[in-house]
Amino acid sequence: MLADTRIDGVAKAEAITPTKGRSLWRDAGYRFVRNRAALVSLFVLLGVVVFTIVGPFFARWSIEKIDWSVVGNVLSKGYPSVETGHFFGTDEVGRDLYSRVIQGTQVSLMVGIIGAGIAVIVGTIYGAVAGYFGGRIDSLMMRFVDILYSIPYMFILILLLIIFGRSFVMLFVGVGLISWLGMARVVRGQTLTLKNREFVEAAIATGAKPLTVIFRHIVPNLLGIVVVYATLLVPEMILLESFISFLGLGVQEPNTSLGALISEGSRTMQYGTIWQLIFPLVFFVTILFTFFFVGDGLRDALDPKDR
Amino acid sequence: MIQFILRRLAVAIPTLLVLIVVSFMLMKMAPGNPFAGEKNVPQAVLDNIFARYGLDKPEWQQLLEYVYNVVFRFDFGPSFQYRDRTVNDIIAQGFPVTFTYGAWAFVLAALIGVSLGIVAAVRQNSWADYFAVGVTIGAQVVPNFVMAPLLVLVFTLWLRWLPGGGWNGGHWSNVILPVIALSTSYMANIARITRSSMLEVLSSNYIRTARAKGLPSRQVIFEHALRPALLPVVSYLGPVFVGMVTGSVVIDLYFSTGGIGQAFVNSALNRDYSTILGITVLLGALTIAANLIVDILYAWIDPKIQL
Amino acid sequence: MAQVLTVKDLSVRFALHESEVTAVDGLNFALEAGETLAVVGESGSGKSQAFMALMGLLAKNGSVSGQALLGDVDLLNLSKTALNEYRGRDVAMIFQDPMTSLNPALRIKQQLAEVLVRHKGQDAKEAERNSIAMLERVGIPEPAKRANAYPHQMSGGMRQRVMIAMALLCQPKILIADEPTTALDVTVQAQMLDLFKSLTDDFGTALVLITHDLGVVAGVADRMMVMYGGRSVEKGTVDDLFYDPRHPYTLGLLHSTPHIAKRAARLDPIQGLPPSLEHLPKGCSFNPRCAFAFDRCIAERPPLTEAGPGRQKACFYEGPMAYGKVA
Repeated sequence: MLADTRIDGVAKAEAITPTKGRSLWRDAGYRFVRNRAALVSLFVLLGVVVFTIVGPFFARWSIEKIDWSVVGNVLSKGYPSVETGHFFGTDEVGRDLYSRVIQGTQVSLMVGIIGAGIAVIVGTIYGAVAGYFGGRIDSLMMRFVDILYSIPYMFILILLLIIFGRSFVMLFVGVGLISWLGMARVVRGQTLTLKNREFVEAAIATGAKPLTVIFRHIVPNLLGIVVVYATLLVPEMILLESFISFLGLGVQEPNTSLGALISEGSRTMQYGTIWQLIFPLVFFVTILFTFFFVGDGLRDALDPKDR
Repeated sequence: MIQFILRRLAVAIPTLLVLIVVSFMLMKMAPGNPFAGEKNVPQAVLDNIFARYGLDKPEWQQLLEYVYNVVFRFDFGPSFQYRDRTVNDIIAQGFPVTFTYGAWAFVLAALIGVSLGIVAAVRQNSWADYFAVGVTIGAQVVPNFVMAPLLVLVFTLWLRWLPGGGWNGGHWSNVILPVIALSTSYMANIARITRSSMLEVLSSNYIRTARAKGLPSRQVIFEHALRPALLPVVSYLGPVFVGMVTGSVVIDLYFSTGGIGQAFVNSALNRDYSTILGITVLLGALTIAANLIVDILYAWIDPKIQL
Repeated sequence: MAQVLTVKDLSVRFALHESEVTAVDGLNFALEAGETLAVVGESGSGKSQAFMALMGLLAKNGSVSGQALLGDVDLLNLSKTALNEYRGRDVAMIFQDPMTSLNPALRIKQQLAEVLVRHKGQDAKEAERNSIAMLERVGIPEPAKRANAYPHQMSGGMRQRVMIAMALLCQPKILIADEPTTALDVTVQAQMLDLFKSLTDDFGTALVLITHDLGVVAGVADRMMVMYGGRSVEKGTVDDLFYDPRHPYTLGLLHSTPHIAKRAARLDPIQGLPPSLEHLPKGCSFNPRCAFAFDRCIAERPPLTEAGPGRQKACFYEGPMAYGKVA
């Protein structure tokens, strides 16, 4: 009888602390969903994206068509109104702000995502290679990154834009050139720790070639940190593009971006046409805010430090 | 200590040379020549001009002479645009302005940012903490080129307290808005970094030891926690410096303060290549110097780094 | 002997997200001047938290109730500022991990001297001189030179010696050592225990040794208190408890400790896992793992009762205990 109670008790004691086997990603998904700010931000962000896709179908004016009826009277006639079809009002020369804000948002999102994309591809490969091989190759490769890092980039970028002319391509090249450096550093650090893990050593012991080890075993395990970093990089790239557009060196008229619109709006606000600043600003701030929160939520969900 | 500085210089000096060479080569790749705008200039005159600027020599010789002049004589050569001024003149005019508001912004961002971060960490979950966290999140999405128009909107257009532009010989009323616009986002970032690193330090074992010794909280925070907690802040000061140098372009442009950023953008628009090159090299050198100082400061705070 | 510390009904609770956990539940004990009391238990038994509470070092979500009388001062009823007068001077504490318990950014002498400046009002020079003398006392070679070092320049054993020196600077009435040897090499452990013993004897300091290692207890302690699930289950002299344990848990602990000298065929560890504090079993918290448990143990919680001269236990079972040979 005594023995029975005992065995029973042991079983009970073990049942109290169950160790659940959940995958990393499902676990992370669960944590992310519980983070209300991140979840709401994600939905708002998706809303903005859907708006940039669906919005143009409702536009009654193109981005470059000038509404001659408001020219010269932008303050009294170009305000936001459903009747005139200028849902967000018009800009200083009478072009429809609704269409322009949509295009600006598209451009900004694209710059952000492409910039982050370049960072993911170039930075991950560069960092993983440097971290994996270590030693002299590593210090040489990272020294190069250090050097590039300590150059005031914006000036080189402005130089590029002036010399080779302003274009989408140049802008993406410039943004991409800068974006991968931080990613390379993060990935390299992570690779250094992964390199000494048992499963990587096991792969090496079975005779896998270095590149196989990097792409099969290391890169997939970097995915978490890369996703987080990339999400946080997108708003930075958007900021960068906006900065360049603010200087008037970004995309060329009649195309526009949020930075360019904010720049125009801030120059004309003293005449009272405050909507020219507010609408692009709201979209700009919303995108940045939501990306930061989503990135933060992802970091909390995936950060191994927390587990 | 000296060895440490020498080792860092061994990296900094090649970096600077690379910067000069790359910028110079970019300049040479620019289409056309700086004097193409002048119509019907006789070839003889053009040759004359070329000879005057040393453009008739082979490019490698031009590069060597440029590097020699910059490094040993601190001479950036003549401006291609203003015949009667040298690049040194242009820099000498703009630099003091940029330095004035830049230094204020840097010091304010560091002092207020660190103080706010400490208060937020020590009084975690108090209103001060929520305020600091709120400001931080807000400032992340309000870059200087958005901050500047907003400040002008409130303090110049609505309240009419401060002038919305001009330098006025550095009168305090003209300095305030540029300084706030330039420093806000960095102040917020410094506060965020200080807060999280302070929180981490405060929960560390050695702070528990200090408390167990019966030291008053003030002593625990300022003598035991602050120094280790400042390490991440110090390493962020390098990027702050770069950001502020870049941001000065926005400040100069928006507030017409006449600093070096304005000179840069003007020469960019005028295709005054020698001035662009000169400013890029100068700011690059300053950035590299700033990073060097940050490195030394870091090593000085962290006894684990052997000097 | 005079009692330096009397703890009455000490409870420590931690607020979790939606619930509350009781880490220490109604602990009573007294500490006599100059004696060495070993507090023994598995991790999670509340042994560390009880003394963290005395030092006012609980985590932010922790709260404490009860009384801890140091003379006629109740340590648990003091403001933060008032408590600072006592900790470091009358009650000192040493922690488990010497590698991270010293401030990496300050020199050793600074970390020592500030204690004397704070509690004894010594000026900087005098404090530094006394600090170096104390470093010598704990067996640090070339103390004047080592005092200028930073913690990362010292080994773990050296750092723990520095911790001991720091704790004993004011010749406290009580020294609480929380697993002081766990993180150290075995060869260093014995030296450290000797050092504890001789220094606390010299200063007349009462030593509280928190540990899960009975080997440590055997060499140093006068009395011991065994804790389980936040309560004390058996108290008495070390000799009594080692040779004649009256609580099945004490017995189990003894049989889980390897004896090189005895060369038992195999160890007889306690079955099962320590209980989660959120779901303590009804009745005696040890009953699910106890080989001697009967109906009453599941229904009622046994109180701590006298079990002979100078010893107490919290167990209903009165029969003989032969471990591993039951049933």
